[in-house]
Parts: sequence; structure tokens; C-alpha cells
Amino acid sequence: MNEPITYNTGYLDEQTKRMIRRALLKAVAVPGFQVPFASREVPMPRGWGTGGVQVTAAVIGEDDVLKVIDQGADDTTNAVSIRSFFATVARVRTTTRTDEATLVQTRHRIPETPLAAGQIIVYQVPVPEPLRFLEPRETETRRLHALEDYGLMYVKLYEDIARYGHIAKTYDYPVLVNGRYLMAPSPIPSFDNPKMHDNPALQLFGAGREKRIYAVPPHTSVESLGFEDHPFEPQRFDRPCEICGSSGVYLDEVITDDAGGAVFVCSDTDHCERASLAGAEDEEARA
Amino acid sequence: MYVAVKGGERAIANAHALLAKVGRGDPAAPTVEVDQVTGQLGVLVARVMTEGSLYDPHLAARALLQSQGDVLEAVTLIRSYRTTLPRFGCTLPVDTAGLPPQRRISATFKDLPGGQQLGATFDYTHRLFADGGTEGPPPRAEDPAGAALPRVADLLGAAALIEADSHPGQDDVEPGDLTREPTVFPLTRAERLQALARGDEGFVLGLGYSTQRGFGNNHPFAGEVRVGEVEVEFDAPELGFAVPLGRIEVTECQMVNQFTGSADTPAQFTRGYGLAFGRSERKAMSMSLVDRALRAEELGERATAPAQDEEFVISHSDNVQATGFVEHLKLPHYVDFQAELLLVRRLNEEFRSRGADGPGAGQEVPA
Repeated sequence: MNEPITYNTGYLDEQTKRMIRRALLKAVAVPGFQVPFASREVPMPRGWGTGGVQVTAAVIGEDDVLKVIDQGADDTTNAVSIRSFFATVARVRTTTRTDEATLVQTRHRIPETPLAAGQIIVYQVPVPEPLRFLEPRETETRRLHALEDYGLMYVKLYEDIARYGHIAKTYDYPVLVNGRYLMAPSPIPSFDNPKMHDNPALQLFGAGREKRIYAVPPHTSVESLGFEDHPFEPQRFDRPCEICGSSGVYLDEVITDDAGGAVFVCSDTDHCERASLAGAEDEEARA
Repeated sequence: MYVAVKGGERAIANAHALLAKVGRGDPAAPTVEVDQVTGQLGVLVARVMTEGSLYDPHLAARALLQSQGDVLEAVTLIRSYRTTLPRFGCTLPVDTAGLPPQRRISATFKDLPGGQQLGATFDYTHRLFADGGTEGPPPRAEDPAGAALPRVADLLGAAALIEADSHPGQDDVEPGDLTREPTVFPLTRAERLQALARGDEGFVLGLGYSTQRGFGNNHPFAGEVRVGEVEVEFDAPELGFAVPLGRIEVTECQMVNQFTGSADTPAQFTRGYGLAFGRSERKAMSMSLVDRALRAEELGERATAPAQDEEFVISHSDNVQATGFVEHLKLPHYVDFQAELLLVRRLNEEFRSRGADGPGAGQEVPA
């Protein structure tokens, strides 16, 4: 007969959680430095947030309130899946509201609502090495980081400018953390990069497949690379969200017909919902 | 007005219900039982155990059933259960020479002490569909004495024609464990062997094959392939002696490779090693080819082929990682795609305005 199989609270066993916490402490102590850790298998496929899931599992406690987003939205399938995973194995309260969450796990976005002191944001990272596509070898990139030799990256950015007139990096835009380590911010759009700088929340990054953890402690300098005559330019949208009317937010382009018609709406569903609600209340008050 | 798609939760639940329904097949047909899988799909079970790094035929069979025969899915199930298990300690190294193999062949000698023993093998079967199912005539009992057989490599080793399989001081350092410690290149050979044992059979096979076709050739001979059960003994420090836990079936391959010698070493054969759970001959042989190829640097050979490149081989051999990352492309990427759209639109606009009145007007004609 099949014996019932049980798993520890939060899925990971306590020894593994301690191992990950040690890696996290080191990561916080050396901002932007990729700490190798003995990444475990988790019950979802590699590349689907296994690093973020392990970091979350290692820091989550029963008093935490968890928010999970993918592409800025709480209701994308993978966000739903990870949220329900922790609701089941860690029995924590979950929320879609950024300001209610103590812990936010994210893929590809930073919420529009500014994070506050005491909050933790966990990024899912596919490729933690910012130099990987310029130098495939781990032994070599490790040496480049040790020597703070980031010339390769500046040359790539320069070549973009020479070829296209712009830096052609629109997401996972490289940043220099605390004036020392070059870091991949995970594939968030460059639009979100400025939010990382001097953020009061603790930012943790987990790359499960690549077995690396790194961190940006609260109020740390995060500088997106650029040149004096070609400074970093985050992308902007020159229109507001068609649902809530917010401007200065990241928008999704939603195709509405076969003729290529499209509307632009907030990528951050929590922000959009609350802005719509606030807008409706204002109108009521005026009426 | 577009309304953000809600109901991810319901969609997931429905998809899983459908998966279960599709996986059940014809409800009139009986379900496959775990014992039938362990007994009748033993080779498949062995693969799941090997790549899942957990010797448990029952659990591997369960994983295969739950995953509807998707091997990589089954391996993932096993791995993500295995990793949560507490570790009480380590076993002693298994002694593959000490126990009678049910199969043992050597391609390097016509005959050798203990003889060649074909055992249960697909070799020399005609790959024709058999009408009588998988049942054949009962094997005739010709099992000699079931005595332990010396390993072929040890016969050569006695005359120092092959490198020793141990070197002084090798037991001073505990072998690394990829599943419990961070991986940092360059790896030790023990870590490499562990990664290869867990590696995808198809990937390791392809790499092994590539060395035979000239991409990092190392002139292999199958010194020995043996399949049999070995005893596993648990090292219990508080007891002061090892406790036998039971037996596991393994396949071992020792590949013997040419080596011309160097300034400080006489010409000598070298080894590549492969070990896998259960009947996993293809895996063990491929593994030993790749193990030998990856020793290029250690043996002072020029590393020119993919199979000799540790970072390339080890970083891509794990099928749980590979399939996860390839399949993650199914996840939404529309935020990043939007960012790229903005850039491409901007570059296009600039290109058009350049074409109209820019300095390069009339010179560049877009194809």
C-alpha cells in the first residue's frame, strides 16, 4: 500500500532553512554579491521561481502576510500557484494588497505602491550573473567580479549606443550595488530600476537553478549603469492606464481586435484596482 | 473594456482535473498498480531512481504513475521529496567487487577469472515484436557458484598497466555532495561523477557518443560492465561499527582508455567510471565515457571538445533544471516583451525620421 507522505511546515526542512538563512545573511552583508547556496528541488519546475520559493520558505513565519505577483499581477497562473503553495504548506495569510503584505514574492515587476520599512521583497531570478551573456564561464565571471572588472558590460552598452543610438537593454538592466558589485536586477523592466535605489524594504534575490542568492539591504545605493553623455533612461509611457487613469505607471498593451487595436492598462493589478476604487469614490464625493 | 483576466485559481483547478481524467485513460480498463510497474518496467524505474538520486523502486514507480509516464516529471517528484528528507549520516562505500554479479562482461579479454556472464540483457535479442508478450522460457539454472568476481580493472592494476583507482590521501577529504553543498566550479571528480550520475541519460549518452566520433576521443574499451546487488552499510559512529541496511541493485562500468604517458608517467591505461542504480547499462557506459573526457585537464590533454568542458557538461546535464528552464518560456513574459516593443517602436520611428530628412537620407535603403 502507499504510505502517506508528509512534508515539513513551509515545505523545506529546518536544516535547509537555516542553510538558506546563512546564505541570506552573507548576501545582506555583501550587497549585490552572489552567494552560492545548495539550492534544493522544490515542487515546481526549475525556472518557475524555485529560487524565490526557497528564499520565501526560509524567511516566512506564521505571522507573515504573503503577496505573490507575476508580471505585476496577482492573478497570473504562476503567481496563483505559488501563493496557494505557501497558503497550503506554510499556512500563512495571503493578500493581493502591496501595503498589507509583509512579504512580496515577485517575478518581473516591482509594485507601483512604494514599499515600506519592514517589508521584504523576494525576486525570482532566472540568470543571476549580469555578465553571463558576455562571458559564459562561471570561473571567469567570478574573477571579473573579484577584480571589479566590469569593462565588458560598459563596452556592450557603448556598442548599443554606437549601433542604435540608445542602450538597447530594456529589462534586467544592469545595476551597480553599493558602488561595488554589478548585479542583475532580474528581468524587471528598466522602468522599475529606480525603485530599487535607497528602498526602505529588504530586497532578496533567489536563483534556484543557478544556485545563487543575493540581496540589497534597505537604503542601499543601486545605480543603473550609464555614461555621462548617455545616462540611464528608464522607459516611460506617454499615456495613462485606460481603466484607472493612473499615469507614470507601467502598462500592459492588450490587443483588443484583429486590426491591431490595443488598450494600455496597468500591469500592477493591485494598484489599478485601488486607483479605480479611489477614482470612483472621488466622483461620488463630487456628485 | 478589457477586464484583467481573473480566475487563475479556477483555471488551474480545472486543468488539474482534466489532467487526471486524461491520465486515467479508458475508465473501463484496470488501473496500473505500483507493483506491476516495479516488476514489469524495471528499466524505467531504474532510470527514475538514478536521475532522481534516490533508491526506492516503489516510490519511483509511484512517481511514474502519478506523472503519467513522463520520466522527467517523475524524476522531479522524486527529487523534490528526497530533498526534504533529514540526513542521518553516510553509508560506507559500496564494494562492487565483493558481491556476485548477475551480469558481468568484459570487452577487453576473451576470458577472465569468473568468466563472462551475459545475465539479463537486451543484447543479442532480435528487436522483433514477440507475440507471446514478454514471457519467455524459464532460464536454465547454470549459475556457477555465485562467487564474487574480481574486477577486470584490478587484474590490470596488479601489473600496473592501469592507473590505480585510488591515490594516497584520497579518503582524507569527504567527497562533496551536490545536493547539500553549493556547487562552485571547478568541481572535484567526486562531485562531477555525482552530477553525471544524476544527469539526463539522453544528454550523457549524446556527449559520450560525441567522444567516440572524434570530439574529444579517448579510445575507450569497455573493461567491464557489471550488474548486481551490493550491500549497503550505514556508518553509525556512536556504535563503532557499520550496520547493514540491505542490498541495492547497481550497474557499474569501468571504461579503460589509452594514455600515452608523459614525462613523469609511463604509458598506462586510464579509467572512466560509471555507476547507476538498477539495470542502467546505457547510462553507466555513457557516464564512464564522459567522466574520462572530463579528466582531460587532470591528465594534461588538450581540451577541445564539448564533452571535455566541465562547465558546459555539468551545467547542462541535469534534466530537472533543463526541462524547467526550457518550459518556463510558457510563463507570461509580457512585461519584458512590452519593454522590447517600446524600444523597437522607438528605433523604428527614429529610422523613419532619419530616412525622411536625416543626414543619411536617401543613402540607406531598408531591405
